[in-house]
Amino acid sequence: MGRYVARRLLQMIPVFIGTTLLIFLMVNVLPGDPVRALWGDKPPDPVQVAQIRHDRGLDLPLWQQYLHYMWGLLQGDFGRTIAGNRPVLDEITRAFPVSMRLAAMAWTFELVVGITLGVIAGIRLGKVVDTAVTLFTLVVISVPIFVIGLACQLYFGNNLGWITPTVQDSTNFSQLMVPALVLGMVGLAYVARLTRTSIAENRSADYIRTATAKGLPRRRIITVHLLRNSLIPVVTYLGTDIGSLMAGAVVTEGIFNVTGVGNLLFEALARREGAVIVGIVTVLVLVYLLASLLVDLLYAVLDPRIRYA
Amino acid sequence: MRGAKSAKWVAIAGVVSLAATACGGGGDKGSDNANKKIDPKGIVSYANGEPQNSLMPANTMEAYGSVVIDSLFTGLVGYDKSGNITYENAESVTPNGDNSVWTVKLKPGWTFHNGEKVTAKSYVDTWNWDANPANGMQNSAWYRDIEGYDKVHPEKGKAKAKTMSGLKVVDDNTFTIKLSNPIPYFAYKLAYSSFYPLPSGALKDPKGFGESPVGNGPYKFKSWEHKKSIQVTAWDGYKGDSKPKNGGINFKAYTSPQAAYNDLRSDNVDSMPLVPDAELANYKQDFGDRAINTDFSALNTINPAFYTKQWKNIDVKVIQGLSMAIDRPTIAKTTFFGNREPATGWVAKGVKGYQADACGEYCKFNPDKAKQLIKEGGGVPGNKISIQYNADQPHKGWVTAVCNSITKVTGVKCVGDPTTDFQADTEIRDQKKVKSIYRSGWVLDYPFNGNFLADLYGTGVDGNKGDFSDPKFDGLVKKADQAKTVDESAKLYQDAEKELQNTMPGIPTFYNKVNSAYSNNVKKIEFDQAGDPILWNVEVFKK
Repeated sequence: MGRYVARRLLQMIPVFIGTTLLIFLMVNVLPGDPVRALWGDKPPDPVQVAQIRHDRGLDLPLWQQYLHYMWGLLQGDFGRTIAGNRPVLDEITRAFPVSMRLAAMAWTFELVVGITLGVIAGIRLGKVVDTAVTLFTLVVISVPIFVIGLACQLYFGNNLGWITPTVQDSTNFSQLMVPALVLGMVGLAYVARLTRTSIAENRSADYIRTATAKGLPRRRIITVHLLRNSLIPVVTYLGTDIGSLMAGAVVTEGIFNVTGVGNLLFEALARREGAVIVGIVTVLVLVYLLASLLVDLLYAVLDPRIRYA
Repeated sequence: MRGAKSAKWVAIAGVVSLAATACGGGGDKGSDNANKKIDPKGIVSYANGEPQNSLMPANTMEAYGSVVIDSLFTGLVGYDKSGNITYENAESVTPNGDNSVWTVKLKPGWTFHNGEKVTAKSYVDTWNWDANPANGMQNSAWYRDIEGYDKVHPEKGKAKAKTMSGLKVVDDNTFTIKLSNPIPYFAYKLAYSSFYPLPSGALKDPKGFGESPVGNGPYKFKSWEHKKSIQVTAWDGYKGDSKPKNGGINFKAYTSPQAAYNDLRSDNVDSMPLVPDAELANYKQDFGDRAINTDFSALNTINPAFYTKQWKNIDVKVIQGLSMAIDRPTIAKTTFFGNREPATGWVAKGVKGYQADACGEYCKFNPDKAKQLIKEGGGVPGNKISIQYNADQPHKGWVTAVCNSITKVTGVKCVGDPTTDFQADTEIRDQKKVKSIYRSGWVLDYPFNGNFLADLYGTGVDGNKGDFSDPKFDGLVKKADQAKTVDESAKLYQDAEKELQNTMPGIPTFYNKVNSAYSNNVKKIEFDQAGDPILWNVEVFKK
């Protein structure tokens, strides 16, 4: 087990270097010059353009820039923004807690409601409840997220006045409730569907029949025997979803004016703030890698037949 | 058009944030405003975004920062709705006979928010410091008219002098500015934020100052929660005319105009810069008499790239013909829902020297003459044009409409040429790689017609992206710059503008409008011709 974890951690290093390098190169290929863009439509001042370039190390060859960046990163220095000359770390530490909160809320929502719906539908396969759940998830998956988001904003915010149309304080849990529900909606649908299929499959497995024949209470059969063994695909999905909930909330964050990672990334991309983009992606890659490691370890807990040497 | 801003261009609409004070939505929408009481301590909230740089006047050129700077600082002069100079911190700004030396007299008794006196020295020190490239102020080129600027801010390398020789302190309240290149309208430039004064502490610790600025304006700085809100409070010690009628301003940072718009509809924010284009059709209905639709000194044009083979040796009749093939009134009505005005010249409204119909018949829709002119001019080379625009802003609609109009009338094939975003668009224009025609926009730097002419179409000037060159126009500009008075100069610039009829360096299309609205929490909000809200004048209702 320990060796397995160590090996996995070591594997992260090449993945980490590869992704950062790739993103770094891609940012540099984008058309448009971020320093020039500081002046907008107005003619730039060549002296200052040269100075800013030199200041942020943008006048160095690309490979040197990358090495500089990685060297700084090892020391915990994420570089500085081109516009405003602010530490990138500040931007990241401001945005991540917000996104983490939003993602955690959305994720819990997916987990609890999604699995519950999936279990109910899976057990009562073909019944009315099952049809209802399948239909509901189908609708959620097929309607784009921004439609759901805008509809919620318009209905609950502008028409009913239950909430303010946008989030007024990104650190407030109760204000983040509606955005989190919207954000978790699609994931919820997938979780419910995965759980349903898995449960439906395992329902007729031998060990369930044995457990039922043994006279175990139905509740125990479902929660301990059936659910535990059916969770593996769901856990895989939930694990990878942590990352996409954090980074992929651009649309939801935009609609509700949440100052999270998605928005920061979008803005950085629009402004060609290379250091910010690579910084965020770096953190996100780490989140993804750790989440997938956790998922793999969870497999062993869920299914004792799986062992890591 | 957003992003078309020049002096203070609107930052990319991707700035994130939220505000601390939530003033519960809903409310009594039907009630009569006349019965509500005014709260002199009430706070106005304004949908803004995170300023790009720290809050230094000479380092702020985008709209999110400059609206805050304008609340914190007051410059020497300002201007009124028709583009005439008004005195603010200055008692007078007077040129000598040939406009080469300008004497500035300050109103005595003004102080900064920290109690430090605003003196002639404050101005001179600030300008010298701002002009030095080592201090990294983005707007430093604004001082280029002053004698000795080239020493402090050489074209390459470090400063060779610390002070500009053209600036001289006479006494506490008087200083003189000597210009290396005399112009009669120099006082107009002084209205720009680069010329605001800074207290002495700012020059010692610019970093700290930028995070909590101390100005001499109607409001004093209270707090800045990054990407969330900037709060300023009314300052009792303000000596100027724009004394706040409210208790302060909360600049709330928004990610997108749509989010701000939805908050505005529910009275969670009191106003915003421009309603999102998707709402242009509905906002008058949504807000009724609280909708704002006023003149905005901004002009859109489509300009031929004269360095291309297609336009290099073109007969001007072809461009005139293309211009006459555009049905501006119909496009303004349908594509823009009446929120743009057909342009009739190269200078926008609300600017000194604005004249109606400078473009004459060439900006009027006339299908027969359009066809005839293009034919006489030998036709469009290749019989095909494309109009370059940035796709991250809603230009596609009107570009397509303009193209359709041209094709329908003249048979010339016309297509839009989208670039991914504003940055990519600028890069192509800077590198002179436009294939045929590009869209261009200009918002006033200062309300003087010369700003729309000399800075855009003079031979070799930075703003002249299409490589247009006409010695006759240059001569007229030179003559206008040598005029004795502002009025005379504006008049001569009008002649220069008229001359553009014969060369058509850009085809005027539409004048912008300020399209905004205000909430039920305030009595009224007005915008000036630069597209900025006049926030000190806002009266807030008691809750």
